[in-house]
Amino acid sequence: MELRLAGVGHSYAGREVLRDIDLKVPEGEIVCIVGPSGCGKSTLLRMMGGLEQPARGEVLQVGQPPQGCLNPLTFIFQDFALLPWRSVAGNVSLVLEDHPIGRDEARAMVADVLGRTRLTEFADALPRQLSGGMKQRVAIARALVVRPAVLLMDEPLSALDSQTRELLMEDLVGLWTRQPFTAVYVTHNLAEAVRLGHRIVVLSRRPGELREVVSLDKPLADRGYGDADLEVTQKHLWELMRAEAAAADAELLRG
Amino acid sequence: MDNQGSKVVFRGGGFTHQSRRWVGFVVFAALLLLAEWGTRTGVISPLTLPRPSDVLQTFGELYSSGLLFQHLIPSLLRLLVGAALGASLGIGVGFLIGLFSFVRAGLVPLVAAIFPIPKIALLPLFVIWFGIDEGSKYALIAFGTFTPTVVATFAAVDNVDRTLIRMGQSFGLDWFSIVRKIVLPGAMPGILAGLRISLAIAIILLVAAEMLGAEYGIGAYILEAGSLYDLERLFAGVVILSVLGVLVSAVIGVIERRLLDWRT
Repeated sequence: MELRLAGVGHSYAGREVLRDIDLKVPEGEIVCIVGPSGCGKSTLLRMMGGLEQPARGEVLQVGQPPQGCLNPLTFIFQDFALLPWRSVAGNVSLVLEDHPIGRDEARAMVADVLGRTRLTEFADALPRQLSGGMKQRVAIARALVVRPAVLLMDEPLSALDSQTRELLMEDLVGLWTRQPFTAVYVTHNLAEAVRLGHRIVVLSRRPGELREVVSLDKPLADRGYGDADLEVTQKHLWELMRAEAAAADAELLRG
Repeated sequence: MDNQGSKVVFRGGGFTHQSRRWVGFVVFAALLLLAEWGTRTGVISPLTLPRPSDVLQTFGELYSSGLLFQHLIPSLLRLLVGAALGASLGIGVGFLIGLFSFVRAGLVPLVAAIFPIPKIALLPLFVIWFGIDEGSKYALIAFGTFTPTVVATFAAVDNVDRTLIRMGQSFGLDWFSIVRKIVLPGAMPGILAGLRISLAIAIILLVAAEMLGAEYGIGAYILEAGSLYDLERLFAGVVILSVLGVLVSAVIGVIERRLLDWRT
């Protein structure tokens, strides 16, 4: 299944935040969306996941979601959004409870994703006992358990420190390499974009417009911390964004 | 300053809560001992304050004569029925206000209008509506607990983390699941905090209701003692109320520890 955006635009209280976005998210690829703060990238992601309605244009899902998919468009949030009163396993099983799945099968599915995200031994821990990186791994496990067609990640690593971010990026690459998934990854961190993106979409400052789409052919598994060719792409992205980011920053200061 | 340097002075600490259970008992005991000593030596005249040992003796007589339970059981029943009615209705209405904009627009001004009414002033009205018997007492207590519970509940529902609700929606949870599994537990701390206040108000109203037309009950007992200026019995009644308040608060504490163990 792939996602297609056609002429998507949006305004909040008369202020235009997104203009004329045409975009394709092909199956099995990670599309990163980068842009200066306030450019509407998170709004765009919420529209892709049906949490917000675009004022103009439309978001289309093309093709059927894979078999056994329980929630085709699945989010991973920046602030993890775990229920603090449920254990790790309880948080994961929450999203299965509204589906007609037997208790044993659900338990097996939860055990499977916890194994894949290396959380098995923390199944009974409460969120407050976990570090930020572990919390986000629980959120990733919760997203994987519904077998999504497209993962929608909203700055998933932005609340984490840089070492944890590096480890989790490796986790995501590992998960993708074992079983390629389709994802839209919103971030303001260009290093994350060049590590995880097959395509990188650059948005301009408000109102967000498509500035450029950069394709990266190097396999995800071969990309590493501080690779020279990635640095070149990252620098190119930064040059694209620099003036925009500065202008966006000044705009915020003026209120 | 020489090369050896001076030690950096510690200036942090404080402003946190530590468990010091015994301090409460010490304060109680010290006040009681002071009163006992004062009344025995004559520093405090027996007309101004009854001797604690006399109050204890009166309490003992109350217990051995069997009158204690004759007064206590109707009171507890009234408190239980009235508070249960008021609190459950209050939580229900609070949820409706928290969840539906229309209900909020319609009921919040009404609740604000009802809240400042001294409920005791309405007792004659309740007597006409629900009869002079238990009905009017239940209604008074229920009405008094209802308003603070409503306000606490809808504020608690408003405070539930919206990102958790968005998360529920993004995973396709149905509306009822979101309310039951996300909104209800998320609002629980606020609801329980509200109940602490509501139940204290319920005890106050219990006594008020019993002072106006009840044969048995703590309130009736206190009123009778008061009109005879029998300070020992008056204080014995007041002590029962205090103990009741402490017990209610302890019960809520236990519920909080059970239900809210996910907080730190």
